[in-house]
Amino acid sequence: MGVSYNDFVIRFANVNGSGSASANGMFAKALFRMGIPVATRNIFPSNIQGLPTWYEVRVNERGYLGRRDGVDIMVAMNAETLVEDVASIKPGGYLLYDNSKPLAKILRRDDIIEIGMPISTMLLPEFVDAKQRSLFKNITYLGALSALLNIDFEVITGMVATQYKGKDALIAPNIHALELGRKYAYEYMVAPLPIQVKRSDKVGHRIMVDGNTAAGLGCVYGGATVCAWYPITPSTSVAEAFELHANRLRIESGTEERKFAIIQAEDELAAIGVVIGAAWNGARSFTATSGPGLSLMSEFLGLAYFAEIPAVLWDIQRAGPSTGMPTRTQQSDVMAAAYASHGDTKHPLLFPATAKECFDFAALALDLADRLQTPIIVLSDLELGMNDNLSEPFEWDDNRKYDRGKVLNAQDLDNTEVFGRYLDVDGDGIGYRTYPGTHPEKGAFFTRGTSRDEFAAYTESPEAYEHNMQRLLRKWHTASTLVPAAEISQQDNSQQGNKVGILYFGTTALPMPEALDLLVEEGIQLDTCRLRSFPFGEEVRTFMESHELVFVVEQNRDGQMRKLLINEGEYNPQDLISITYYAGLSISAEFIKGEVLEYYQANKKLPRLTQVQS
Amino acid sequence: MTFVAKPKAHHPRLPLNEIGLTRRDYEGSVSTLCAGCGHDSVSAAIVQACAELSIPPHRFAKVSGIGCSSKTPSYFLNKSHGFNSVHGRMPSVITGANLANRDLHCIGVSGDGDSASIGMGQFAHIVRRRINMLYIVDNNGTYGLTKGQFSATSDKGSTSKKGAPNLYEPIDLASMALQIGASFVARSFSGDKSQLVPLLKAALHHKGMAFIDVVSPCVAFNNHDGSTKSYEYIRKYGQNVVNADFIAEHEEITADYQPGTVEDINMPDGTILRMYKLDENYDPHDRVGALNYVQRRKEQGEIVTGLLYVDPDAIDCHDILRTVAQPLNEMGELELCPGNSALASINESYR
Ligand SMILES: Cc1ncc(C[n+]2csc(CCOP(=O)(O)OP(=O)(O)O)c2C)c(N)n1
Ligand code: SF4
Ligand SMILES: [Mg+2]
Repeated sequence: MGVSYNDFVIRFANVNGSGSASANGMFAKALFRMGIPVATRNIFPSNIQGLPTWYEVRVNERGYLGRRDGVDIMVAMNAETLVEDVASIKPGGYLLYDNSKPLAKILRRDDIIEIGMPISTMLLPEFVDAKQRSLFKNITYLGALSALLNIDFEVITGMVATQYKGKDALIAPNIHALELGRKYAYEYMVAPLPIQVKRSDKVGHRIMVDGNTAAGLGCVYGGATVCAWYPITPSTSVAEAFELHANRLRIESGTEERKFAIIQAEDELAAIGVVIGAAWNGARSFTATSGPGLSLMSEFLGLAYFAEIPAVLWDIQRAGPSTGMPTRTQQSDVMAAAYASHGDTKHPLLFPATAKECFDFAALALDLADRLQTPIIVLSDLELGMNDNLSEPFEWDDNRKYDRGKVLNAQDLDNTEVFGRYLDVDGDGIGYRTYPGTHPEKGAFFTRGTSRDEFAAYTESPEAYEHNMQRLLRKWHTASTLVPAAEISQQDNSQQGNKVGILYFGTTALPMPEALDLLVEEGIQLDTCRLRSFPFGEEVRTFMESHELVFVVEQNRDGQMRKLLINEGEYNPQDLISITYYAGLSISAEFIKGEVLEYYQANKKLPRLTQVQS
Repeated sequence: MTFVAKPKAHHPRLPLNEIGLTRRDYEGSVSTLCAGCGHDSVSAAIVQACAELSIPPHRFAKVSGIGCSSKTPSYFLNKSHGFNSVHGRMPSVITGANLANRDLHCIGVSGDGDSASIGMGQFAHIVRRRINMLYIVDNNGTYGLTKGQFSATSDKGSTSKKGAPNLYEPIDLASMALQIGASFVARSFSGDKSQLVPLLKAALHHKGMAFIDVVSPCVAFNNHDGSTKSYEYIRKYGQNVVNADFIAEHEEITADYQPGTVEDINMPDGTILRMYKLDENYDPHDRVGALNYVQRRKEQGEIVTGLLYVDPDAIDCHDILRTVAQPLNEMGELELCPGNSALASINESYR
């Protein structure tokens, strides 16, 4: 059997709270540092300690970052999940397990290769303390893997040294545990395996980071000064990242005082209320939440829409409805976010797909909120928010100025004849606002959720109400010209007329390059449209209208983005084919390919490439 | 940015305050509330207090929830921005406003429905957080705007206009404020300007959370016999324990008071709060004692009013958060953005 390099899925099955996260993380980081593209996924329970948890690393030289079904190497360290763990191994795959206790007969499969290692027994004489022993189990299998997969040992030992910097006493025992595993693998196992890694240059200058960290950092760069939030998985780490970075980057030298304020609110209603109050008073502010929090924030979002107050809300989506599967990913808040709140309310949405885009959109959302004087909702998800994945490095243009939108200062007011908060002076639907306390005589107005005229005076006049609602629509149109455009790629193919496209957004973009490649092998070439925002721009209409059929791929049951497109774009529903995956793991390339293929098989008239590349 | 308000030609009889303005400069739009509604008297008291304090009338942030009471920020301080937000959520909105600009005087107005029912959580938590503000509840024991349902501050046994008794225990917001950390707690009555105005002035000068529960009768729905929030009832059963006065410097004690019952407190901003204790055993610096006193008197059917508790050295949320002195809303990319160079090491840490 030939050796394959840099192309496998390895899965670690552990018990939540057993300290495996750090060893598993080191594994992924080691490959990343060897220049090999890796994508990591935590599959964890909604529990703190004791329940099963998995960590999956997809290693792929071609840089495919989407989840792939089937496990090539299973590191089975949780007796409770052994049955399903063994079952998930692909034929020809490997099972690394602790054979201090023999594997039950019923678990044996003759189409996989068992690699037993008596980790518990081995560590018994080495570490007296039981807790330590259990922690070092993880490090020991990491050592064995380094031999089995041919990982540069120095990369791993170097990482141990940096990880425990300052706690030097921990370095030696960690290295010792690594060496124990490594030695065992060389002495008693067939190391290295035919599945191996080797140094590559495919990572390039990319970094490995999770989306929530990027979002929090982006809020620091984008000038957010007020953050209010209420803990909820998988969004918590957005606020935590903001705090972490602000604590370093936003401290006034000399006084050591903070140029930011964070409130852990009593609930999501309060969190969005604080954000709206701060933005009303001229500070950039944001909150982060997930589905249940979004539901609670609805009333306030309607207020901010109608009273025209900036706000930025990060929704790190998880599987709904209700509490759903709190630690599984989905893209199922599209509708709830787009139309959050009663009455004719709608909100611009941003759909980041990478950590770099989380960073960029964090600052962009703050600009857009100020410019459009309305809430901006960024729809990320657990897959992007909580998993380390490859990303372009963060960049900031030092010439960039924050766009604070239309705000009049005291001098402006002195030069203004008539100030009407809701006067559409420029014809873009956006009025001029003032911050409280700006001017002794001019520019004060009353903000309210009730109907008002152009001068912010309460009114129930039918004409004034309609006039205001129409202006909000003009503003909505302005929004469609300001939000980030969809990324469109049109294949230069030889098909005449009957063109087919595929549309997706957010983390559904991760498996897409691979899915498209797989489809080309089947003779199917699709034009692509990656949505990055709502309201949809003209480019989306052009894409929709220049294709007879568009697959809309998303991670929710009801095809919410498809419905949003139909609703807002008035497209013929029959031209939009829904492909949905919503079981809570992230969508895979194989799945997308399978669905598209199935459709093609049922509709034989659809064009295929004449020359099928196989 | 500072602005000196220009003195204007005024009605000759209206006195000018220290910055050359009259009470009229602190007024708001014409009220649309019922004639005789207690809330209008509270607004008038706010106008008077702010004028007497000579605070520039545009340097306030007025925030409210929803209700007749929450409409009132329209009726005072027209030169300041106001925000009539959503029902029960004034505390969160004003928290954000205060975080954004610590230099503005924050006035939050709420109702008993707004604060003791739908907004109970936000009320409790803003008090805990010690936001530097004046929090006023216009307490009429009823939902005025939705036409007279019982509110959570209605006393058990008090009756609706149609005579139906309230079957549930009341919530005393002043007691709650005492318990969860307000550093200034008072109760007053919309009809007693001589008590309310000095309390408002003291509260506006207090650093930290200043909470005032103002019994403010609803003439439309809760001013009948059987109501414990009627003009008549509060006049009869209101018991003032500590009168506050707000003075610029240590003046002679003019009124006829027992020795030991007058106390001057130096406020952090250099002004002086003078307290006249009407019950010599009452100690307005004793939080637990105050709570106890209020509850005991309540058992006897009395409503304790006046300055119930004050901690003149209190800290506020900005102290807790250790935020900079400069208002956050004045900062731009220069102060806030770390710039591209800082990203080099950040990117490196993710490699
Ligand atoms: C979410 C929501 N629920 C209900 C209402 C209806 N509502 C308006 S005011 C009010 C009660 C106001 O009572 P209170 O705060 O005591 O004010 P008052 O009118 O007595 O001054 C209610 C229930 C609302 N505006 N919003
Ligand atoms: S209904 Fe009651 S609370 Fe409302 S304005 Fe009339 S008197 Fe005042
Ligand atoms: Mg009321």
